[in-house]
Amino acid sequence: MTEFEVPVLSIKNLNKQFGPGCDHCRNPEPLTLIKNYCSVCGTVYACRDVSFDVYPGEVLGIVGESGSGKSTLMQCLYFDQETTSGEAYISSYQNGLNNLFEESSQQKRYIRNHLMGKVYQNPLSGLRIDFSSIGNIAEKLIAAGSRNVGMMEDRGSELLSKVNIPVHRRKEAPKNFSGGMQQRVQIAKALSNQPPILLLDEVTTGLDLSVQASVLDLIKSLQREMNISIVLVSHDLGVIRMLADRTLVMLEGQVIEQGLTDQILEDPQAPFTQSLVHSLL
Amino acid sequence: MENLLEIRELSKSFTLHNLGKNVHAVSGIDIRLGEGDFVGITGKSGSGKSTILKCIFGTYRLQQGSIWYNSKKFGPLNIAEATNRQMIYLRKHEIGYVSQFLTVMPRTTARQLVKQAIVEMGRDQVHAEKETEQILSHFELDPELWDSYPATFSGGEKLRLNIARAMVKKPRLLLLDEPTASLDYESKIKVKILIEQLMHGGTSMLGIFHDLEFMNNLCDREYNMQNGVFTLSH
Ligand SMILES: Nc1ncnc2c1ncn2[C@@H]1O[C@H](COP(=O)(O)OP(=O)(O)OP(=O)(O)O)[C@@H](O)[C@H]1O
Ligand SMILES: Nc1ncnc2c1ncn2[C@@H]1O[C@H](COP(=O)(O)OP(=O)(O)OP(=O)(O)O)[C@@H](O)[C@H]1O
Ligand SMILES: [Mg+2]
Ligand SMILES: [Mg+2]
Ligand SMILES: [Zn+2]
Repeated sequence: MTEFEVPVLSIKNLNKQFGPGCDHCRNPEPLTLIKNYCSVCGTVYACRDVSFDVYPGEVLGIVGESGSGKSTLMQCLYFDQETTSGEAYISSYQNGLNNLFEESSQQKRYIRNHLMGKVYQNPLSGLRIDFSSIGNIAEKLIAAGSRNVGMMEDRGSELLSKVNIPVHRRKEAPKNFSGGMQQRVQIAKALSNQPPILLLDEVTTGLDLSVQASVLDLIKSLQREMNISIVLVSHDLGVIRMLADRTLVMLEGQVIEQGLTDQILEDPQAPFTQSLVHSLL
Repeated sequence: MENLLEIRELSKSFTLHNLGKNVHAVSGIDIRLGEGDFVGITGKSGSGKSTILKCIFGTYRLQQGSIWYNSKKFGPLNIAEATNRQMIYLRKHEIGYVSQFLTVMPRTTARQLVKQAIVEMGRDQVHAEKETEQILSHFELDPELWDSYPATFSGGEKLRLNIARAMVKKPRLLLLDEPTASLDYESKIKVKILIEQLMHGGTSMLGIFHDLEFMNNLCDREYNMQNGVFTLSH
């Protein structure tokens, strides 16, 4: 079957390990691994041979156990972490021919600033917590090449109102804000360069239900109106059900199952996926 | 491919790991559906009717058999082997599904739901907005409900919205899972009229009906399920 559409982002055989590995765990069928951890040398195999494609305008959900490598994967994609091995391609970058992980750090910075936005699980990682909110956005705009202060001010205010942060509070620092507001400032920042790809790591975790709802509404409207491709990590199947077209399930660093979101929820195959889904029923 | 849909030797079972159990839902199912046909499925609760529709829609992955669908976009396609992205395309453009349980997207208003369906068909925002209002009035949904969340709607209102959403796409194939089960007589009549309109518009339908007499004069053929297999077909 020939492909009828081109992925925006394509990840092939991504591996990320913390630690040097040893003869025991480098074995193709390592017996010393406890989950993703080598009991001999202590190396953690956080992501193991992860491959997937993301298509234009879709939301790809990633669910999995705590510690299964979801955040590590997102960090690798955003170059926060050095990847151990693997390939990544973006269709709008060098015609999708260059492996992003092998680009220079200058090129990586370009990709990060122009082609991606990210919302971190922890707002402290994604924001300068004592800068003004609008300053946080301006920082990303400057990184993407903006120099016109008036323009940045306008764009920042526009984005903050889009995520329902009152414009009169734009000069306040996120440390004064609630968790939900911090997440929304992160989203505004991530969107500021109009990236074709948005990486969202547990955007709604730890927020109370009504705030969760407003963040979810925001993401839905972004997707509807801007046709951004989103990789959405969440351990909350309710969030995945609401937003994701397709879903990957991770366990111990590996993708153990993938499918249409309704397939994963209604006809889960792997024992882990079944227990995850049944815990929801 | 001569027919729009050809199901051959379809079997589906569920392995429930935690219970160490294997549930056989359906086996050896054969169905043909020509262009413009309206075919009904009847059968007792638990006999496997919904399972068949969910296999066609791609919600369930089948173990055995094939589901050939003659797609406008892809040509003859075995749904058992289609990619997820192909299924997403088909759901947006060619195959509609009205679920037995009146599922609605959480936190999406009636208006957004219908509009989204129209936009997915490639219409621009302004046009979609207008068409949405036409459709919602056509389905006699009280304008006061247009901007509310369907989770709060009555069964009949949810159902009409679900059918409306399926209908705006004028799908080539519509799967109906007990679209009239929970409705009062008057609402049933309304739904029946909608189904007739779709038929005239050229949509082929495969529907589960618990009270098939009600649809009788519309059906070209019917299949009766018993314990996961067809018994007699007319
Ligand atoms: N900097 C690090 N050094 C060593 N090990 C790490 C590091 N970062 C993550 N790990 C390990 O990698 C594995 C994957 O962690 P990760 O944070 O990606 O999990 P996660 O799926 O995001 O979990 P959660 O759902 O709890 O957020 C874990 O075993 C973790 O202990
Ligand atoms: N997702 C599932 N997981 C496990 N078992 C399932 C699942 N879906 C259906 N089954 C089983 O398959 C069999 C057929 O179910 P199905 O829903 O197809 O019946 P039905 O004919 O539509 O019944 P009803 O008229 O009550 O809607 C039942 O035994 C059911 O328990
Ligand atoms: Mg994490
Ligand atoms: Mg059923
Ligand atoms: Zn080791």
